[in-house]
Amino acid sequence: MGWFKRLKDGIQTATRNKKEAPEGLWYKCPRCSETVTRKELRENVYKCPNCNYHERIGSQEYFDLLFDGNFEEYEADMEAVDVLQFKDLKSYKDRLKAAKKKTGLSDAIRVARGKLNRRPLIVAAMDFGFIGGSMGSVVGEKIAFAIDEARKTRTPLLIISKTGGARMMEAAFSLMQMAKTSVKLSQLAKDGVPYFSLMTDPTTGGVTASYAMLGDINLAEPEALIAFAGPRVVKETIKKELPEGFQTSEFLLEHGFLDFIVDRAELTERLSDLLHLFESAHRPN
Amino acid sequence: MVFLEFEKPLEKLYEQLEKVKEVGDDGVVDMDATIQELEGRIKQTRRDIYSNLSGWQRVQLSRHPERPYTLYYIEQMCRKFVELHGDRYYGDDKAIVGGIGNMDGQTVVIIGHQKGVNTKMRQYRNFGMANPEGYRKALRLMKLAERFGFPVISLIDTPGAFPGIEAEERGQAEAIARNLFEMAQLRVPIVCAVIGEGASGGAIGIGLGDHVMMLENTWYSVISPESCSSILWRSWDYKEKAAEALKLTAEDMHSFGIVEEIVKEPHGGAHSAPDEMAKTLKRQLKKAIAAIQEKSVDQMIEDRINKYAAIGQVTHAK
Repeated sequence: MGWFKRLKDGIQTATRNKKEAPEGLWYKCPRCSETVTRKELRENVYKCPNCNYHERIGSQEYFDLLFDGNFEEYEADMEAVDVLQFKDLKSYKDRLKAAKKKTGLSDAIRVARGKLNRRPLIVAAMDFGFIGGSMGSVVGEKIAFAIDEARKTRTPLLIISKTGGARMMEAAFSLMQMAKTSVKLSQLAKDGVPYFSLMTDPTTGGVTASYAMLGDINLAEPEALIAFAGPRVVKETIKKELPEGFQTSEFLLEHGFLDFIVDRAELTERLSDLLHLFESAHRPN
Repeated sequence: MVFLEFEKPLEKLYEQLEKVKEVGDDGVVDMDATIQELEGRIKQTRRDIYSNLSGWQRVQLSRHPERPYTLYYIEQMCRKFVELHGDRYYGDDKAIVGGIGNMDGQTVVIIGHQKGVNTKMRQYRNFGMANPEGYRKALRLMKLAERFGFPVISLIDTPGAFPGIEAEERGQAEAIARNLFEMAQLRVPIVCAVIGEGASGGAIGIGLGDHVMMLENTWYSVISPESCSSILWRSWDYKEKAAEALKLTAEDMHSFGIVEEIVKEPHGGAHSAPDEMAKTLKRQLKKAIAAIQEKSVDQMIEDRINKYAAIGQVTHAK
């Protein structure tokens, strides 16, 4: 019986959805399976034109979106060191090499300064493609750098999180980046320089439990997974099904952990408003 | 007595000793010489085992069911102690305890993870896995300490922050992040000691301080060896390997400059002589507090921030 059912389902799949699209030309939405051209997707700020699914994008796309492609990158050549000579099934060195080759990036975060609607802004944007956007020493050091730069020049800071959490291959060093980024943010706050945290899909683990949650303003893209413990771990722990919509941006907004959710098409405008409102920010006496 | 797997040779000797003692008690044969010899061998075997422990063996010791926990240390170290409850927002977490006490004439605020001492209590304490209200209670007590100028002592012993539905709903991540942010600028000394397990965000959530020490047979890392094995090796069977790879022992952590001090445990581990352990811990805590108090408050905070800002190693591609 089951066989026939399955066969029928297969036939019912729309042909255009089933066709293998050559990489780089077509984009198939992982949620609604609508197929559009890459160009259409880009013009719609990497959201599915059909269901508004926010495709995961990287630092370059965010810099282009926010700075109109006009920005200065800092510490672009900073790279990770395999202090622990960590080896599981693969060595960390090989993982780093493979990640660099695959992404063309030096690690899971990039820092840049530019202008958003004529107002200066420093942005640290994470790249999920680089070992799951995991936080190791480079991520911590670049965020510390961005914070010092923001303090020196009294420029607002935006951190865009997209990460699975701490980088296991740097063990205690990665754990300590939670402390490092948080102590640096406490200095930024003391100086009265605003920090906006934008959480995107996914933001989990040690990053959520440090800088992502510490924004003066906490923002998120719609329907992003935002969590301390990921849904799989929670499910294994409580051995129950998780409620619908658990750990999404909307869930966090409802529980009081976000200031608002921002559609990617409105990101520039909303940030521009914030930058305007915070322009008179200064160090309190 | 509970013997761990690697203590098997010891268990055998103890069994022999028991038997010999029984025979001796019958009074027919004089067993004193044999007893003495066995006791000597026990001492030597213990020394041999304990002078060469692997990472995984230390993890096992850190979880020893007879190991002293936070409330035991508090009781031993403070002549007077008043436990304080609640985060003032939601509830009172049982996995993090805290209060105000008198340690040799000095008023201190002590917070720490608390595990249960028997099956029932282990559940009550949620196995030392705190919910957000635990971290928020800890922060409330640290703020209280700051208001009145009392040093803060934080005792760390957790397999991790609790990964449950309600913990997520109430902002586990926010609670830990907030603590790190506030502890950075707290205007009183913070001295932390890992007394058992130091697992990940759940540990560092009360673990940021001017001086961090680890007892000799404890571990501190970003993930437990078991979870690390299951993620990176895709099987639970590589926990020993994961424990080695993570370099999570007190010795490792000290060599990386991440913790300031290793506190010696009695041969046989903290549980073999808990009162002696408590005395040593108290002495080292007092010493650390006194050293921090030599500094001005601003200097203390600057040093604390600089210490964490310096952790991490990166390179620049040519």
